[in-house]
Amino acid sequence: MEPLLEVRDLRVEFPTRRGILTALDGVSFSIAPGEVLGVVGESGAGKSMTGAAIIGLLEPPGRIAGGQILLNGKRIDNLRYDQMRRIRGREIGAIFQDPLTTLNPLYTVGHQLMETIQTHLGLDGAEARRRAIGWLEMVGIPAAAQRVDSYPHEFSGGMRQRVVIALALCAEPKLIVADEPTTALDVSIQAQVIALLKGLARDKGTSMMLVTHDMGVIAETADRVAVMYAGRIAEIGPVREVVKHPKHPYSVGLMASIPPLDRKVDHLAQIDGSMPRLSAIPRGCAFNPRCPEVFARCLVERPVLLETGATRAACWLYDEASEKRAPEAMRHG
Amino acid sequence: MLAFVISRILQALPVMAVVALISFAMFAYVGDPISIMLGQDFTEAQRQALVASLGLDQPFFVQFARFLGNALQGEFGLSYRLSRPVAELIAERAPATLELAFCAALVALCIGVPMGVYTGLYRNSWLSRFLLTFSLIGVSLPTFLIGILLILVFSVWLGWLPSFGRGDTVQIGWWSTGLLTTSGLKALVLPSITLGLFQLTLIMRLVRAEMLEVLRTDYIKFARARGLRNRAINFGHALKNTLVPVITVAGLQLGGIIAFAIVTETVFQWPGMGLLFIQSVSSADIPVMAAYLMLIALVFVTINLVVDLLYYAVDPRLRAGRSVARGG
Repeated sequence: MEPLLEVRDLRVEFPTRRGILTALDGVSFSIAPGEVLGVVGESGAGKSMTGAAIIGLLEPPGRIAGGQILLNGKRIDNLRYDQMRRIRGREIGAIFQDPLTTLNPLYTVGHQLMETIQTHLGLDGAEARRRAIGWLEMVGIPAAAQRVDSYPHEFSGGMRQRVVIALALCAEPKLIVADEPTTALDVSIQAQVIALLKGLARDKGTSMMLVTHDMGVIAETADRVAVMYAGRIAEIGPVREVVKHPKHPYSVGLMASIPPLDRKVDHLAQIDGSMPRLSAIPRGCAFNPRCPEVFARCLVERPVLLETGATRAACWLYDEASEKRAPEAMRHG
Repeated sequence: MLAFVISRILQALPVMAVVALISFAMFAYVGDPISIMLGQDFTEAQRQALVASLGLDQPFFVQFARFLGNALQGEFGLSYRLSRPVAELIAERAPATLELAFCAALVALCIGVPMGVYTGLYRNSWLSRFLLTFSLIGVSLPTFLIGILLILVFSVWLGWLPSFGRGDTVQIGWWSTGLLTTSGLKALVLPSITLGLFQLTLIMRLVRAEMLEVLRTDYIKFARARGLRNRAINFGHALKNTLVPVITVAGLQLGGIIAFAIVTETVFQWPGMGLLFIQSVSSADIPVMAAYLMLIALVFVTINLVVDLLYYAVDPRLRAGRSVARGG
């Protein structure tokens, strides 16, 4: 099937006084119509940056320095501001992390919904209002016909995130970029909001890119998952495979660090060290200083995504041409 | 809402009472009106008679109560200098000052807000840099110097605009307006700019700073992610969120414009309350000073009330009587 969204070799740079920082490097993936792609990784791995690049709202001075983003086969990474504006909301909806700050406090939720609907669908006020109420009902706001005239501060956090979801969906986009949609919510509300998002996406046939560092949310919601590390994709594949049989040593460490519920453990597993700063990404594989399986080739040559069976991993372990020699000899060489 | 207005008015009463007390105290401590009124030659009997006729032999609080009662009826006695009722003098001068202040505030808001929005949105453009440099001049040059420079350029060198006075005025009831004649309008231009320039630059810098702040917020990013048009984002969403602090400062500045038009009125010989006040100060004309003080306090108190009401209009979070965080 023709992918809805295709990201090819995306590279995002931040020019700074001390030189150019590369925040995303060689990121490639695609999302099929109706598919949910989870994106996981530590803070600073480039998950949110990827989402921002797709909706064309990178924070200046960040810029797309290479690669392409295609929506329905058409490039959208090089569009002018106003052309991209027509795509945002209409073709690609976005959900942000903190529902307490994403709604404008001075306008009623109905106003904000109607304004989005009217901007993109060109409906008259009465019809837009009818749809706004319909969307509030759809996201589970009780007494939507009255609440449509309420201000954001009159809703609780979970209700506000429902309103944000309604706002992201109300112009019927084909793709939703959800950036940590449940991180700021109470745990008890998280499951409801994820279930809502998942249900609506399924009903409308909307694809979703779900950025989170919560593996539980991914396991529950996503069809496929991309594991990101230091601005690159470490592994990508069906969610079940990546969770149960991760191939990349980083994914292995990440999955091992999820505490099991069915037995007692003395220590939580963790990956030693921390992710490199953008200004100090090592040569070769970015994960090599922390990798338990590092060998010579990892220190000099950057791995590409390789087929490993069900998933693809950016790791030389899965290249038959690799000579898996111990790295110690090389490190001093 | 009504309860709010009433509570604010009740809060304003003590303020006014204190100002009235200070105004009244001036009579007792600044100069001696009796000796001024009697001149050089008088007998003790004449002095006693005058003191008694003015009620100055009464106890302090009786005198104060009478002063308050009169003030409430707009009665502030006779000007020592002009021997005319103070209320009449002020009513005569107030339209000139109020029109000048209104025009100055209009200049400050209508130019300052757009300039602030522009410099906030395009902060790296050369025009923004120029406006910011220009605003430093507005903030740092003293008012009288700006007035004199404007007179030099537009009245003396170019001869386009009058250098002093109000021009022709039209009488509407007790209100004399310069807004209806060409010469009146021309006369307003230079003083309005002089008086409004500082406020203009202040408002511009404030709006710019607030815009920069608001444009970084999540709801603006989200508005962009919803694909709203730039105009709707910049003016509908961003500018409206800058309004609360702007209203606060603009309100206080309007009070300041009215109260401290003194320098501008002196430079342009503008027949307003400021000029009246400065002349009264130089001749220790206490009834006028006292009345002016109370009037200005009233202006500030009223403006504060209006500012509070505007907050209500702008920010729904401040509106009372609505329950917060219903539902879960």
